[in-house]
Amino acid sequence: MTVADVTDAITRAHHEEWARVVASLTRRFGDLDVAEEAAAEAFATAVERWPADGVPPNPGAWLTTTANRKAIDRIRRENKRGGKHKEAQLLHDDDPPEPLGAIDDERLRLIFTCCHPALAIQARVALTLRMVAGLTVPEIARAFLVPQTAMEQRITRAKAKIKAARIPYRVPSAEDLPARISGVLAVLFLVFNEGYLATGPDTDPVRHDLTAEAIRLTRLIRALMPDDGEVAGLLALMLLTEARRTARVSARGELVTLDEQDRGAWDTALIAEGHRLVRERLAAGVAPGRYQILAAISAVHTSARDVRATDWSQVVALYDQLVRLDPSPIIALNRAIAVAELDGPEVALALLDRLEHRLAGYHAYHAARADLLRRLGRSQHSRAAYDKAIDLAGNTAETASLTRRRDQLG
Amino acid sequence: MQYLVSVISDHDGLATPDEDAAIDVFNDRLVAEGHWVFAGGLAAPSSATVIDNRGEEAMFTDGPFLESKEYLAGFWIIQAADLDVALKLAAEGSKACNRKVEVRPFL
Repeated sequence: MTVADVTDAITRAHHEEWARVVASLTRRFGDLDVAEEAAAEAFATAVERWPADGVPPNPGAWLTTTANRKAIDRIRRENKRGGKHKEAQLLHDDDPPEPLGAIDDERLRLIFTCCHPALAIQARVALTLRMVAGLTVPEIARAFLVPQTAMEQRITRAKAKIKAARIPYRVPSAEDLPARISGVLAVLFLVFNEGYLATGPDTDPVRHDLTAEAIRLTRLIRALMPDDGEVAGLLALMLLTEARRTARVSARGELVTLDEQDRGAWDTALIAEGHRLVRERLAAGVAPGRYQILAAISAVHTSARDVRATDWSQVVALYDQLVRLDPSPIIALNRAIAVAELDGPEVALALLDRLEHRLAGYHAYHAARADLLRRLGRSQHSRAAYDKAIDLAGNTAETASLTRRRDQLG
Repeated sequence: MQYLVSVISDHDGLATPDEDAAIDVFNDRLVAEGHWVFAGGLAAPSSATVIDNRGEEAMFTDGPFLESKEYLAGFWIIQAADLDVALKLAAEGSKACNRKVEVRPFL
């Protein structure tokens, strides 16, 4: 086995086993800190030993055993230093094994705990990326442009709250499950979106590491909860969005809008997988949630050979469905953009005007307005709207694209 | 595990008869299901006195230690297995007394 093979095996084990190791240790020792540290030590030991000793036949079992030993060592050390009651407290487990059926997986407990609604959304994101995805604190800090010490504090504080307030380590009851799953999906969608349209002047416009991580975690949840429609919907949405990633930023670092993208550059395998999931949800015949509808809209776009072949009436019909579910002005804005293709820019502009008081601070609102005004030949108004959009946009590639469009106005 | 459920009020005035009745129903439930430890409503913050006896002699100050628009109007102490149970009860408590509540675990 070459050095590269061993490195591959360690990377693979980290992807496949990290969450499982942390989850099983948390269950056994009742402490996220102990679990996290022992898991990290076990992987460090693997990096040290596998190149010389070879990759063990069952890497997951080796890592779990090693991590267990590290955790017990740590607890013994701490007990010697005082805190005699510590061990009893750590091993205390008042949650008898429940029949969980198809979703009986330690990793689900971990995910639901990290995404608990009593934690701030940023804390949920950070904790999920550390505990479930296995990203290091410096990696997470970099991803969200936060100083490392601040990210460290955010995670430490979240773990301390879980312990002090006794946030339970379990899969929620059937009655609470839908609300809690949507909380988990919100965290994953946030990670994906931050990767897809990264903010900040000095960051890459698309952060593939974050989109890939979000997809990997959503695949995991999908494997654990294969019957949940919204999980499938979110995965499909991410795949169909990720499929367009390379076509989305030009060689000059400009954001390329959907109508101008080179559709030949789209990833056909991801699109096929996304379409398969959307069809599967359609066949289920259950009223779709917002992720499923968003995925269906994405499926319509990715089914068209070029922008003129897009079935806009289908897109608008799906947005109508979405507006009923989610009255957010951003959804209404996207619906209006689709209406422009179906009924013309004049009609869409009237719809946009009604959203102004709620979206005046949102760059995409002004960008959409600028585009409609341009198509109506109202260059001066269009220019003013582009100015506002450029002012408010936080993504480098998007600013570049808006600036070009503005400067092309006659 | 015990949790303090603080009732936070942002307007003057005691509980209305309807609120009182809803609180009674909620309290009965806490007792019946074994969550009850203690509860009470508090008089207006203007009736508070702050005492500092860390120095030579005790200092008495008229009024609450923090002047703010929102103030502690009462509290429950509940027994709950974990935060999920406590949050659910607190949500019902908030509905019953028609005010915001804050949940904090005891050490």
